[in-house]
Amino acid sequence: MSGAEVELETDRCVASGQCVVAAGQVFDQDDDGIAVLLAERPAPEHLDDVREAVAVCPAAAIRLLER
Amino acid sequence: MNRIVVVGASAAGLAAAETLRREGYEGTLTLVGDEPHAPYDRPPLSKQVLAAEWERDRLPLRRPGELAALGLDLRLGTAATGLDTARRRVRMADGGDVPYDGLILATGVRPRRLPGGGAHVLRTLEDALALRERLAPGRHLVVVGAGFLGAEAAAVARGLGVQVTLLEPAAVPLAHAVGEEIGRVLSRAHADRGVRLRCGVTVTEATGGGVRLADGGAVEADEVLVAVGSAPNTEWLAGSGLTVADGVVCDAYLEAAPGVYAAGDVARWLHPLSGTSLRIEHRTNATGQGMAAARNLLRPEARRPFAAVPYFWSDQYGMRIQAHGFLRGHDEVAVVEGALDDRRFVAAYRTGDRVGGVLAVAMPPAAVQRWRQAVAHRAPWGEHVRVTV
Repeated sequence: MSGAEVELETDRCVASGQCVVAAGQVFDQDDDGIAVLLAERPAPEHLDDVREAVAVCPAAAIRLLER
Repeated sequence: MNRIVVVGASAAGLAAAETLRREGYEGTLTLVGDEPHAPYDRPPLSKQVLAAEWERDRLPLRRPGELAALGLDLRLGTAATGLDTARRRVRMADGGDVPYDGLILATGVRPRRLPGGGAHVLRTLEDALALRERLAPGRHLVVVGAGFLGAEAAAVARGLGVQVTLLEPAAVPLAHAVGEEIGRVLSRAHADRGVRLRCGVTVTEATGGGVRLADGGAVEADEVLVAVGSAPNTEWLAGSGLTVADGVVCDAYLEAAPGVYAAGDVARWLHPLSGTSLRIEHRTNATGQGMAAARNLLRPEARRPFAAVPYFWSDQYGMRIQAHGFLRGHDEVAVVEGALDDRRFVAAYRTGDRVGGVLAVAMPPAAVQRWRQAVAHRAPWGEHVRVTV
């Protein structure tokens, strides 16, 4: 666990699946391809992958709030 | 390196600026944008914004606090007008001169227009808001160009009760991009929703009350949207010494000259996977290249070619279209999952003896990801594809 929290706006999601490619431990997709958050507070070792997911999301649907 | 300038404040420029900070760059970071807005997202302009589902407050790519945290020397509403690579300075429209040690060019593209006047284009927030204000039930919109942008706008307008005529110069919409068979399947969706699709029609002029055609005919309309492609914003680089040929010409690392990189819609680079020089106007390409250009600029000793698998999506009439890899110039198309008639399928594109690209319509993520992998690994065609259309 870490202090960082992931925020996902599913109504922005375009089902690209890029977040799953970047951080498969933290994101999955439902049957329609819409991103699903597996861990709201990802483990510290996954934070770099989440930052990558934030950066590559084509819909700007993911935020990482770091405290 | 103490002074880095990023010219272009949209997706590619923002990704570059963010990556520079994430990778530990602490020097002066200037981000120049000719639009007055903080970096915002363009794909929703032809979808949620045009449909009036989203207001402008949903478009910024980062919140004000996130942007402030980057510690930028942010120059919005100011165009770069010239580049002196010998003295390493960017000239600005306001008369100033910004020096740099490293430079990233991300000035994007602008829409092509028609001769004449009174027609809309769709690239900026203002473009989208101006068009949306004119869309109302019973009005007639002519869309010139049935590419993905024109098709999305047509779909939204139909959803708003607007009469839509879609004019396309090719015999089949999108045929050059996705092949004739798939182009035909995708364009059937327009006919189903009552869009008048006219192919093989060349438009010569916007007249204010519609458009004039090359065969002497005309189409009257309340509004005209021109969606006939884009031109890279490179004029300001004249005399800079950079090679410009339908984009800023770069090597595989996105470098255009020593210490000068390009990213996004404006960059033409040598793609290692395809072996050809490409310019790609996809949202994900902008972000990926912004990140890659930033890393290569900052750490030239560890630089890597930009070899991401191209990806784009489109939404029309609730039909989600996703494509990975290289579709243009393919040798063969095969439906490998689902069925064309259901408008629910994966089509694979053969280039040589490899799976070069895939296009999925309304398919579950597992199928899309499986085929994305095949593209990423340039899977041998014969081992993966059996059904052929």
